[in-house]
Amino acid sequence: MNTSSAIRLVAARELKVKIKDKTFLISTILFLLIAIASTVLPAMLGGGASSVAVADPAAATALRDAGLEVTQVGDDAAAEQAVRAGDVDAAVVAGPKVLAMEDAPGDVVNALSSAPPVQLLDPDAVDPVLAYLVPLGFALVFFFTSLTFGLQISQSVVEEKQTRIVEILVAAVPIRALLVGKVIAGGVLALSQIVLLAVVTVAGLQMSDNGALLSLIGPSIGWFVPFFLVGFVMLAALWAAIGALVNRVEDLGGVSMPLQMLVMIPFFLVVFLNDNKAVMTALSYIPFSAPTAMPVRLFSGDAATWEPLVSLAVMVVAAVVLIGVGSRVYEGSLLRTNGKTSFGAAFRDKESRRLANINS
Amino acid sequence: MTKVLHLEAINRSFGDRRVLRDVTFDVTAGRMTGFVGANGAGKTTSMRIILGVLAPDSGEVTWQGNKLTREDRRRFGYMPEERGLYPKMTVRDQLIYLGRLHGMTLDAVRRNVDELLEWLSLGERANDPVENLSLGNQQRAQIAAALVHEPDVLVLDEPFSGLDPMAVDTVVSVLRERTQRGVPVLFSSHQLDVVERLCDDLVIIANGEIRAAGSRDSLRDAYAQRRFSMIVAGDAGWLRDQPGVKLVDLDGPRAVFDLADDADDQAVLRAALERGPVRSFGPVTPSLAEIFREVAR
Repeated sequence: MNTSSAIRLVAARELKVKIKDKTFLISTILFLLIAIASTVLPAMLGGGASSVAVADPAAATALRDAGLEVTQVGDDAAAEQAVRAGDVDAAVVAGPKVLAMEDAPGDVVNALSSAPPVQLLDPDAVDPVLAYLVPLGFALVFFFTSLTFGLQISQSVVEEKQTRIVEILVAAVPIRALLVGKVIAGGVLALSQIVLLAVVTVAGLQMSDNGALLSLIGPSIGWFVPFFLVGFVMLAALWAAIGALVNRVEDLGGVSMPLQMLVMIPFFLVVFLNDNKAVMTALSYIPFSAPTAMPVRLFSGDAATWEPLVSLAVMVVAAVVLIGVGSRVYEGSLLRTNGKTSFGAAFRDKESRRLANINS
Repeated sequence: MTKVLHLEAINRSFGDRRVLRDVTFDVTAGRMTGFVGANGAGKTTSMRIILGVLAPDSGEVTWQGNKLTREDRRRFGYMPEERGLYPKMTVRDQLIYLGRLHGMTLDAVRRNVDELLEWLSLGERANDPVENLSLGNQQRAQIAAALVHEPDVLVLDEPFSGLDPMAVDTVVSVLRERTQRGVPVLFSSHQLDVVERLCDDLVIIANGEIRAAGSRDSLRDAYAQRRFSMIVAGDAGWLRDQPGVKLVDLDGPRAVFDLADDADDQAVLRAALERGPVRSFGPVTPSLAEIFREVAR
């Protein structure tokens, strides 16, 4: 048996265990519900264009041209009756006068009035509510998914150490096969969650006739997926290394804190400073915050088309370095069973390299 | 050539502490080799070096005359000192996974798992998560984990600890079956009576040094002092004054004594007969515990 089939076996086991895991199922379902709620519900609740009853054919044409749902009725009395019965939101009667129950239907009024011409000086500017919500959305998704699946990699490593099954595993397959298998399984799960989420969001926007918003946010979502993947893999080996440093799941919290910070700080920076262009530009090139900051900048139209490519390239370089560090620490600490191992001691560990020699 | 797992002059230190000193011994095909020593004597360290989860400072382990490779080790079965399987995985899934990691095909490993679980009387618990099993059954599952891939060599660290006498017998029969197929088995134990009953060969380690190694019987002969026990009709106290006799134990008519090298046991028997009837007279074979105490001192 070669290393790649060992990796496959390890990854398959991790996937099988995690897919049955309640945390995974619940977090996936929760995310999807949020995605559906935030795309489909507003349209459903808002109800779209007003429906209007009208008798005068000329007025009916004008209203139809304005995109309203028009019901042609016999006379003004019938129109008023339709409003009272709740069949339509409003009616236009002679005058012209607009009838409605409680709220003045703005779109009907607009359709009948002649507004002065408006010239927007910054036509691409994003709705301020969206400008706040979209970065929050990206940041939250990256933060939670990266943290959840990262911690799961750590936990799976500690479990093997704590139960000591790791000695049986290491006697059978190369240490690196264990690491790679776990990282692949974590990456596949995290990515499938993200892709599912992206698909649901896009489909939700389409269903709710939010074409304009979709064309605005779609490219950012498209970029977010590769950014997320590289961002996750970049930290995955470090999550595994953190797990290998301790002997008990209980000790994981403290040891993993620096790494959790590395995910948490970019989250807060992006959420609170996303209107500061200079800061966001910097964040979109720092590997730890780029997965969130760059899609946000693409969304707000601040980033040139070449920028995500450069940022992605920077992240790939960082990923190569961090995977190197992570796997070295993982290999240097996995078989140490006497209490906690420090990151530095594991990095400098000579034992693992001697082992690699005798097993070559 | 006979299939032998051989350790040659293995040395290992942890920091300043020298844990193994020129450890050399053989584990021969088809034989159960008992590995005994006090806590911290170096048994577990030796076994971990055999399995390649720890590197020696110097020396080497060979299998059938060749330096061990990872491929060889994948054909080894190992039961580590500190036990553990995945707590939430079922016994069957776990064994299938381990069998496959050791290079078996899914079909072959499935057959083995069913057979093995039946043998170890774990069949009914096959689909339970390991954490729901009693400690004794977890231990059986652990033994199954070492055997699932039909290993060429078995290295078991304290395989009998935590087992009730019935379970010990079950495990022993499973291991015997393996040795009959020509598998060398190395097992450590602090239950010297179990080792005495089971092992064909014996390796005694103390403070990181091999103090004795060889077949159980040859060791017994080598360490047998000339010790005798005797039961007479009257009081055996006169033995005290018999030349060449050193009394070990005296209880009225019963006596246990050592003889000097030049003393004649038959002379002692004649002297006893002169004093009256002799109910019993014979050599005492030393127990493993006695040999161990003698050697490991």
